[in-house]
Amino acid sequence: MGQYTENELAKDLENQDYKFGFVTDVETETIPVGLNEDIIRLISTKKEEPSWLLDYRLNAYRAWLKMTEPEWAHIKYEKPDFDKITYYAAPKQAKKYESWDDVDPEMKETMAKLGISLEEQKRLTGVAVDFVMDSVSVATSFKSKLKELGIIFCSFSEAVQEHPELVRAHMGTIIPHTDNFYAALNAAVFTDGSFCYIPKGVRCPMELSTYFRINAGGTGQFERTLVIADEGSYVSYLEGCTAPQRDENQLHAAVVELKALKDAEIKYSTVQNWYPGDKNGVGGVFNFVTKRGLCETNAKISWTQVETGSAVTWKYPSCVLKGDHSVGEFYSVAVTNNFQQADTGTKMIHLGKNTKSTIISKGISAGDSHNSYRGLVQIHKNAKNSRNFSQCDSLLMTDHCGAHTFPYIECKNPSAQIEHEATTSKIGEDQLFYCKQRGISEEKAISLIVNGYCKEVLNQLPMEFAVEAQKLLAISLEGSVG
Amino acid sequence: MIEIKNVHANIEGKEILKGLTLTVNSGEVHAIMGPNGAGKSTLASILAGREEFEITEGSVTFEGEDLLELDTEERAHAGLFLAFQYPVEIPGVSNVNFLRTAINEIRDARGEAPISAKDFMALVREKSKIVELDSKLASRAVNEGFSGGEKKRNEIFQMAMLNPKLAVLDETDSGLDIDALRIVAKGVNSLKSADNASIVITHYQRLLDYIVPDYVHVLYDGKIVKTGNKDLALELEEKGYDWIKEETQVG
Repeated sequence: MGQYTENELAKDLENQDYKFGFVTDVETETIPVGLNEDIIRLISTKKEEPSWLLDYRLNAYRAWLKMTEPEWAHIKYEKPDFDKITYYAAPKQAKKYESWDDVDPEMKETMAKLGISLEEQKRLTGVAVDFVMDSVSVATSFKSKLKELGIIFCSFSEAVQEHPELVRAHMGTIIPHTDNFYAALNAAVFTDGSFCYIPKGVRCPMELSTYFRINAGGTGQFERTLVIADEGSYVSYLEGCTAPQRDENQLHAAVVELKALKDAEIKYSTVQNWYPGDKNGVGGVFNFVTKRGLCETNAKISWTQVETGSAVTWKYPSCVLKGDHSVGEFYSVAVTNNFQQADTGTKMIHLGKNTKSTIISKGISAGDSHNSYRGLVQIHKNAKNSRNFSQCDSLLMTDHCGAHTFPYIECKNPSAQIEHEATTSKIGEDQLFYCKQRGISEEKAISLIVNGYCKEVLNQLPMEFAVEAQKLLAISLEGSVG
Repeated sequence: MIEIKNVHANIEGKEILKGLTLTVNSGEVHAIMGPNGAGKSTLASILAGREEFEITEGSVTFEGEDLLELDTEERAHAGLFLAFQYPVEIPGVSNVNFLRTAINEIRDARGEAPISAKDFMALVREKSKIVELDSKLASRAVNEGFSGGEKKRNEIFQMAMLNPKLAVLDETDSGLDIDALRIVAKGVNSLKSADNASIVITHYQRLLDYIVPDYVHVLYDGKIVKTGNKDLALELEEKGYDWIKEETQVG
């Protein structure tokens, strides 16, 4: 038989360079390596921050010094040396861009390589992009349209300058600076991020989207995002990530806080495709993210994530269902290949009465990777008639990868209903053969089967994101059956 | 169309086909019958290119090409179709998406442009009628939650959509009630033309009441031991396989 074996195919694909592995040659302004109070003061000064924010940072730093890096996750990695990281990098041109035409051509090229050329983005009606390259937002669009509705969508630094009262009132209220090791570090050294406020009763007419990238070599990136949906408002927020190829590990410790006030709804979607390291497990991004949302009465927060990148992922987007009748949802696809490790899941904290949560998690492990789901469903004693449904499925592509599930359930109210379903399966040789017999190549067949498997999650993504996510899944799993 | 010559095939060291020879020409319908374990499904598997089977001797020529040199999907591109005895479920992948992918992969292999959405949907409507397939089934996930009969009808529907040169039906009648059997047979018959051919593998004569074969072959112990017309099938139905076994052993 014409034998181009799976092994050969796998080898070919492993040798493919990371598609987004390139470095943009924009002059970058950095500060000395390492971390101490002076560095934090320097960051704060450079960003012309008010004193309350500097105090916040210093408090967080002092708390962080007393904390230890968590070790409970099912991941193994060399701990970052926090004294060897540069905590601030900003493209040197200080001037703000009024229009796309003013943007550095090289930056435009970077975005084109990412497949999100501004020209295309501008035409894509309904999508406003706040492009974060390294730590400073370099371009923002559709601002005026949003302004008419009273929607604020800007970089975090800008929000600190323009809307300090909003930032001060909400920042750190959902994820306190003492929450965990990485959240504390972020609170001390965060450089920029996104801020979004939707006023009462306003339905944001477009998907708000931010593209994060890590660019300067050896620069840790500490993003901070705050989304506030005021009473009765609605917003759908997209976050997408790709990073250039690097040999040394890059640390990323972001914090995302969502607040959905009474009757509000926030939909937060992420496609994460940071550099996962090479086929031998060298390099790649460490992704230690804290994401949490708070729901007031009758509010709803929905997290959807497609995670294909990073060498190590440690991430649990959570919902605190504080208000009665509030709803939390978590839809996740996590793919690991080669030597990637992911420990990801969610926490659903039911505090209010008649609160409802849904967890759909699809883990796909390939190569020698390890993929863990870790989830907590907590029903507090006042959370009468609360309901949770969890479904955790694992798909194995090879016989030397790992899938692990760590569900935690704590229930203090007898009227609660909690359901947990879990399956583990190996991608079927019979399914692949069936597809091939119909003329479908193995690669296409894998992509078809995997996309089918993840359908419930992909369906939650806005259209343009879903397409990108499907492509990513296919790229991440090329030649991975064994 | 296809020329199978002295094929020997084994799985895990056990020889299943022991010198099978069969020629099928365009426009013909051949039925392969035989007792359990004779190698009927193995024949279907090696034609489709299942890798578990090792072919130690013999050759298969399909439309002038060495079939055994082709990968499974290349055989499909060349016009070979297998209706599975046990069609698998592919959760979350709709039948139409599956078929559109298949059609476009085949067209791509032949250097043709992808089918337009409009033409594709027209084709779905036209072909689903042949097997009286509910249009809802076309949009449901491939075989997921289908009854046995629905799965088999779906196989014939796929066959109609892909319009193969040679269709191999592996015990398509197994597990079908008489109505489903009639529908499946009607589908197969209506797709018959002077340019294509089919190999119908079956354990019972029943299916051959509806799909009338030009030739009936008896497969026993990895070889074709007897060939006749449709009357042979009736004889087998009446007498069972024992007389064939005896005859073979005597011979």
